[in-house]
Amino acid sequence: MRVTRTAKAGTLESNDIFIMVSPSEAEVVNLELQSIVLAQFGRQIRETILKTVAARGVTQVSIMAQDRGALDYTIEARVETALDRALAEPGVIL
Amino acid sequence: MLFVPGNNPGMIQSASVLGADCVILDLEDAVSLSEKDSARKLVTKALRSWSFKSTEVTVRINPITTVYGPLDLEAMLEVQPDILLIPKAEVASIQAVESRISAFEAARGGEAVRTKLFALIESAAGVEYVHEILESSPRLEGVLFGGEDYTSDMGVARTMGGMEIEYARNKVAVACKVHGVDAVDTPFTDVDNHEGLLADARKAKAMGFTGKAAINPRQVGIIHKGFAPDPVEVRYALRVLEAMEEAEAEGKGVFSLDGKMVDAPIIQRARQMVALAEKLGMVKASNVSREGGLV
Amino acid sequence: MHGIEFEITPASGKTRRQPLPEYIEGYGEVRAFEGAFANVGVGISDHRPRRSKSVRPGQTKLLASIEEALDRAKVQDGMTLSFHHHLRNGDHVLNLVMEAVALRGVRDLTLAVSSIFPVHEPLVALMDAGVVTGLATNYMSGPVAKAVSQGRLKKPAVMMTHGGRPRAIECGDLPVDIAFIAAPCSDPYGNCNGVSGKSACGALGYAVADAQYADVVVVVTDHLAAYPASPAEITQTMVDYVVEVPSIGDPQGIVSGTTRITRDPVGLAIAHKAAQVIQASGLLEDGFSFQTGAGGTSLAVAAELKNMMKEAGIVGSFAAGGITGYLVDMLEEGLFRNLLDVQCFDLRAVESYRDNPRHLPMDASMYANPFSKGAVVNQLDVMILGATEIDLDFNVNVTTGSDGTIMGGSGGHSDTAAGAKLAMVVTQLVKARLPIVRRHVTTITTPGETVDVLVTDHGIAVNPARQDLIASLEASGLEVVSIEALLALAESMTGIPDEITFSDDIVAVVEYRDGTVVDVVRRTK
Repeated sequence: MRVTRTAKAGTLESNDIFIMVSPSEAEVVNLELQSIVLAQFGRQIRETILKTVAARGVTQVSIMAQDRGALDYTIEARVETALDRALAEPGVIL
Repeated sequence: MLFVPGNNPGMIQSASVLGADCVILDLEDAVSLSEKDSARKLVTKALRSWSFKSTEVTVRINPITTVYGPLDLEAMLEVQPDILLIPKAEVASIQAVESRISAFEAARGGEAVRTKLFALIESAAGVEYVHEILESSPRLEGVLFGGEDYTSDMGVARTMGGMEIEYARNKVAVACKVHGVDAVDTPFTDVDNHEGLLADARKAKAMGFTGKAAINPRQVGIIHKGFAPDPVEVRYALRVLEAMEEAEAEGKGVFSLDGKMVDAPIIQRARQMVALAEKLGMVKASNVSREGGLV
Repeated sequence: MHGIEFEITPASGKTRRQPLPEYIEGYGEVRAFEGAFANVGVGISDHRPRRSKSVRPGQTKLLASIEEALDRAKVQDGMTLSFHHHLRNGDHVLNLVMEAVALRGVRDLTLAVSSIFPVHEPLVALMDAGVVTGLATNYMSGPVAKAVSQGRLKKPAVMMTHGGRPRAIECGDLPVDIAFIAAPCSDPYGNCNGVSGKSACGALGYAVADAQYADVVVVVTDHLAAYPASPAEITQTMVDYVVEVPSIGDPQGIVSGTTRITRDPVGLAIAHKAAQVIQASGLLEDGFSFQTGAGGTSLAVAAELKNMMKEAGIVGSFAAGGITGYLVDMLEEGLFRNLLDVQCFDLRAVESYRDNPRHLPMDASMYANPFSKGAVVNQLDVMILGATEIDLDFNVNVTTGSDGTIMGGSGGHSDTAAGAKLAMVVTQLVKARLPIVRRHVTTITTPGETVDVLVTDHGIAVNPARQDLIASLEASGLEVVSIEALLALAESMTGIPDEITFSDDIVAVVEYRDGTVVDVVRRTK
C-alpha cells in the first residue's frame, strides 16, 4: 500500500514524537529520524516506527520523525494516527 | 478524580505519581476536534502498555450523540479501563452506552466487560432525573457533578459562593446515597486559591459527597485534606473496632462503648473512617476492610 | 595496556564498567580510588610553600592594564593560570585575560578554573590553537565541555571537586603560577570583596586558596574603592597587582534574579517524599544542618522542610552551600541560626551576605577540603543531591550525560555526599525516555559508599549498607524498594538503552576529593 497524501500527528513536547508522513517516489519506506536520545534509543525507535508501518500494510511512504523521548506506545500511536489520516478519504472523520 | 488531557503522553505517564486515587484521561473537553483521533489512539495504547500502578483509570469519552463518542466507546471496549465517564449524562445516553456494552459482551460469548460507568451529571435534566439515570445501568458506580456546564445549561452565573449549584449538589449527593454509589463533587476552577478549594472540599464532604474532582495536580493534596476525617472521630472509630474484636473474642453478639449500644451502622461508619484514615496516613494499616472516599 | 581492577564497593563485590589505566598520557601516573575515606584523616598533609615577597612603602600595585600585569607576572609557556567562577555565566575576566595572553604568543597553558560556563566559548579556539593545552575544573558546561568531549584539548581535562581543588592547590598537586581574582570591589592595594560594585556577586569562597598559594596574584576589578576597602575577603598581603577594567562581568549572567521552586507537579511530589524521608531519619530536630542545590526540585525540598520545621518549632544550626534567596528567608525567619556561604546564587543572597552578620563566609577549603582539620561538610546532617545517572551500587554520575559527553562535574557533590550524615539523591526515575537508574553509570563521579538514599517519583531505595535507615523509614510507614527493582521498573518503561561506544582516547580524568582517580571520560565515537 502506498501513502498518497501528507499527514502529521504528535507534537514536539517532551515525551512525545512528531510524525509527518508523505508520499514517496520509490517503493520504499523512507525514514528520517531525529531524536534527543538518538545514541541510546535511535535503533529501537526506528524499529518501532518501521514495525508499525509494516503492520499497517504500508510499503511506500516517506516519514519524518522528530522524537522528544517518546516511549514505544506513544511512537506506535502517533505513527498509526498519521497513517490513518494520510490514508483516509478527505472529509471522513477519524 | 484528577483530570488529565488525553493527548499528552508526558501527563499520562506522570498521572500515577500525583497522589490521586483516580485519574480521568480526557478525550472530551481537553482535546480539540482535530485531535480526537490522535487522543483516542494514544489513550488506547497507553491503557494497553502503561502501568498506572494502584491508581484507578477513568476515561472520559465524548458524548455518545457526537460522531466521536461511539468511536471512543468501541476503542475503550478493547482495552477496558476501570471506569468510563459518560458526559452530558441523561437517561438516553446512559442507556445507549449500556446497551452497546451488553451487545459487546454477548458477542464475546458472555465474557463480562470489567469497565464500570460514572455519569457526568452536568445539565438541568441530568440533575432532575438523576434517579432515573442511576437506574438505567447496573454498571453505574458513581456520579460526577459538573457545575460549570450545569450553570451554563441553567443560564445562570457560576459564582464562588456556589449558591446557584447548592440544590444540584444536594440532590446528587442524596441520590447517590440512595443508590449506594459514589458522589464526586464538581471541580474548583480557581487553581491558585488554595484556601477556597479547602473550604469547598470541606463543604462537599459535609454535604455527603465521597470525593471531589481536581483539574490540577496541586489540588489533590488539598482535596484529601478537606475530606480527611476529624482525628477525634478517627480515635473513636478505632475504639469501636477494638471493642468489636473484643466482643467477638468473648463470643458476644452485641456490645456497648462509653455506655452506648454499638450497632451495625456505627460499625460500618467506623470501618469506613478507619480505612480512609489509613489511606491518608493518619493511622497505621491494619486488617480493616477498605471502603472510603476518593479523589 | 594493563589496567588496575578494583572494586568501588567491596561489600557488594560488584566491579566498575571498565578498569582504569595505570598511566595516562598528559596526566601522569594514576593513583586509583581506594575508598571515600582511605586517604582522609590518615596523617599530616604538607602544604606547598606560600611564596611571598616584599612590597616596600611607596610601591604601587595598581597597574594600567592586564597586559602590564602579564608583563610583571612574566607569563610564559607552560604556566598554570587560575580563575574563580563567582561571576558565573556573566564572567568577562577569563576571556579578557586569555585574549591578552594569546596575543603575546604564549602557549601550552593550563587553566585552573573552578567552573567553566557557556560564556567561556572563546577558550575553544585557544584550545584548538594550542594556547590552552590543559584544564583543571570542578564543573563545565557549554561549548568548552563539548569541545573537551570531542578531544580538542591536548591533555585530558582534570575534573576535580569543590573540596579537592583547594586541597590540590594547597598541597602543590595543582601549583598555580598566576591567579586572576575577579573582584567586584577592590582597593589599590588588593583588599577586595564581592559585595560592592556594579558586578557584585557576594561570596568569593572559591578564590581564596588561589589567592593564598599562587605565586603571583592579580586582582581584576571594575570598582576601585578607596584604601582600605572593607570587608576584605581577600587581603592585601596576598595580592601582587591590581588592575581596573571597565567591566568584570554582566550582572544578568552573574546572579539570576531569584531562584524559584519548581511548579512541576512531579517534582513537587518527589520533594514531598524526600521531606518525609528526612523526617523519618530522625535528623530533623534542634541543631539540624542542611544543604541543597539551587535547582527547582531541591528548593521544593527546602520548602517542605521549612513547613515541617515551623510546625515543630525546630531551630536548625546552619544551612550551607551555594546560597539562594530561599535559604535567606529561612535564616531571617529564625529557622537556622546561621548560613555558611561559599557562593551566592541570586541577588537576595548577595544582599544578605553583605548585611546580615549571621550569614557567614566559608571559603572552598573550609567548606569541603578533606585534607583540612575538618571541613564544613563533615557537620552536615542532610544533603540533597541531583544525578544524571545512579547505578546499582549507588555510584552517581553528574559529570557526563548518558550520551557520554561532559555536561557538568562534581562541584560539591562528592564532598557533601562524603560528609553528610544523610546524602539523598532526589530525581525522577525516568527523564524523557532516559532511565536515571543504570546497571553501571557511564561515569562515576561520586562513589556509592557515600550515597545513602535515592528518592524518585516511583519509589525510595536505600543503600544496603544503611540498614539502620531502612529500619527508620519502614517504621515511619514509608515503603522502601531495592534499587534493582527501580532499575527493572525504569527499563520496563523505556526499554534498555543501547550502549554508547567510546574510543580509547581519554578526554578527562575524574578525580575524587583526595586526588585519587575515580573514573575517566573517553571520547565518544
